[in-house]
Amino acid sequence: MAKHVVATAAEIPDGGRKLVEINGRPIAIFHVKGEFFALYDKCPHEGGSLCTGKLTSLVGSDGPGRYSLSRQGEIVRCPWHGWEFDLRTGKSYCDPVKMRVRNYAVSVESGARVVEGPYRAETFPVSVEGEYVVVEV
Amino acid sequence: MRASGAIDCDVHPNVPSMQALVPYLDPYWQEMVDVRGIETFENRSFPLMAPINARPEWRDGKGRAAESVERIQRELFDRWDPAIAICNCLYGVQMINDEHMAAAFATAVNRWIAAEWLDKEPRLRASIVVPVQNPELAVDEIERWAGDKRFVSVLVLVMGELPLGKSFHWPIYRAAEKHGLPICIHLGSSYRHPVTASGWPTYHVEDYVVQTQAFQAQTASLISHGVFQKFPKLKVVLAESGVTWLPTFLWRFSKGWRGLRIEVPWVDRSPLEIVRDHFRLTLQPFDAPQNPVEVARALDHLGSEDLLLYSSDYPHWQFDGDDLMPAGFSEELQRKIMVDNPLATYPRLGGTI
Repeated sequence: MAKHVVATAAEIPDGGRKLVEINGRPIAIFHVKGEFFALYDKCPHEGGSLCTGKLTSLVGSDGPGRYSLSRQGEIVRCPWHGWEFDLRTGKSYCDPVKMRVRNYAVSVESGARVVEGPYRAETFPVSVEGEYVVVEV
Repeated sequence: MRASGAIDCDVHPNVPSMQALVPYLDPYWQEMVDVRGIETFENRSFPLMAPINARPEWRDGKGRAAESVERIQRELFDRWDPAIAICNCLYGVQMINDEHMAAAFATAVNRWIAAEWLDKEPRLRASIVVPVQNPELAVDEIERWAGDKRFVSVLVLVMGELPLGKSFHWPIYRAAEKHGLPICIHLGSSYRHPVTASGWPTYHVEDYVVQTQAFQAQTASLISHGVFQKFPKLKVVLAESGVTWLPTFLWRFSKGWRGLRIEVPWVDRSPLEIVRDHFRLTLQPFDAPQNPVEVARALDHLGSEDLLLYSSDYPHWQFDGDDLMPAGFSEELQRKIMVDNPLATYPRLGGTI
């Protein structure tokens, strides 16, 4: 496992996302209300890019005709067939045990810490003033 | 092959004539039968002389079959020796446009079944015939018979005026659940709509074989509308459906649910799981290849040994000779289908056999 600096915190606004590549693996970074999440960018169903999916609430119900929303923005819908994945766990709604997408730990680190290392930031320069999104892969 | 001790979940007593029902009608309708010249309400889904509607050896000189308890005793009970047989009377009550007339004839048919069949043969049980056209009147009919434990389910046709999941029908399900009565959805149409999804067919063979479309539509309707979230103890028996259409349909339905479940969030688990918990299917006709190995594979695709219920479909002509049970069913599965599954499906049979 290594920590990879993949973006400045400022470049992914709330509700935004960024597709990055780490060790040849496409990884989707999402920002939801101050928290960052990282998922492998291929839907386990047919390989759709989750990075281009809509972020939705978790839709629930306690009976016919009754609708509830929770965890706003924390569910990504695959753009191809609409399967839903939990950003926090990578588990699908439809089959959480067998059908899940790999998720990765993400943190936001200050430029000062990133400069100290041992971080990998091959793709862009890091300055001590900024804040950076760091993914462990 | 005899099936001693089995519970036959789909047999069809036929009303011999309007005159047989008249004594069981209320006085107003007795007079109306005469004054209006009402001759019969036979359902076009089951034309008498179509070969499939009775085995040749069970037809009388006029081609009629299954019109008396003596005949079912001789032709079914003596031959296969079931412990119980459940009567699903397909007389055309659900085709009548006047819902009050439909209710009157439903009551008459149920009284006729009780008096002419159940009273005369203790091994018989029956489904309550209801006027689906008016759920309030249908509930009255269920309540009329609920105290009689010989009535073990509620009978509706697979094609009526509206899809069965719609809340219009929920009073029927509420009453059925309360009394431990599964809903038996039987092949047949009230002919309010074309019997195919793409328009009126021309030939009887089309009418008969495409009814699997209707079973699919009703399964999708009941699940999508959340009937089993609303009535968690309700069971549905799909009768004379052909059975093996189910796995491919459920593969499609469960896949669709994964992407579209936000539209129906009360469907909180896969349709496949809901079917396993709430749906049962009668055995005959069993649409499958002749090869027992392929039959076993088809059974495997059903994914559960709890789904099938032994049925002869008497007097319909679904199989030849005595081989009611298709080849390829293990001994263990046969026992489940003949006894355990029916007992688990019809709670009102408990303690009566």
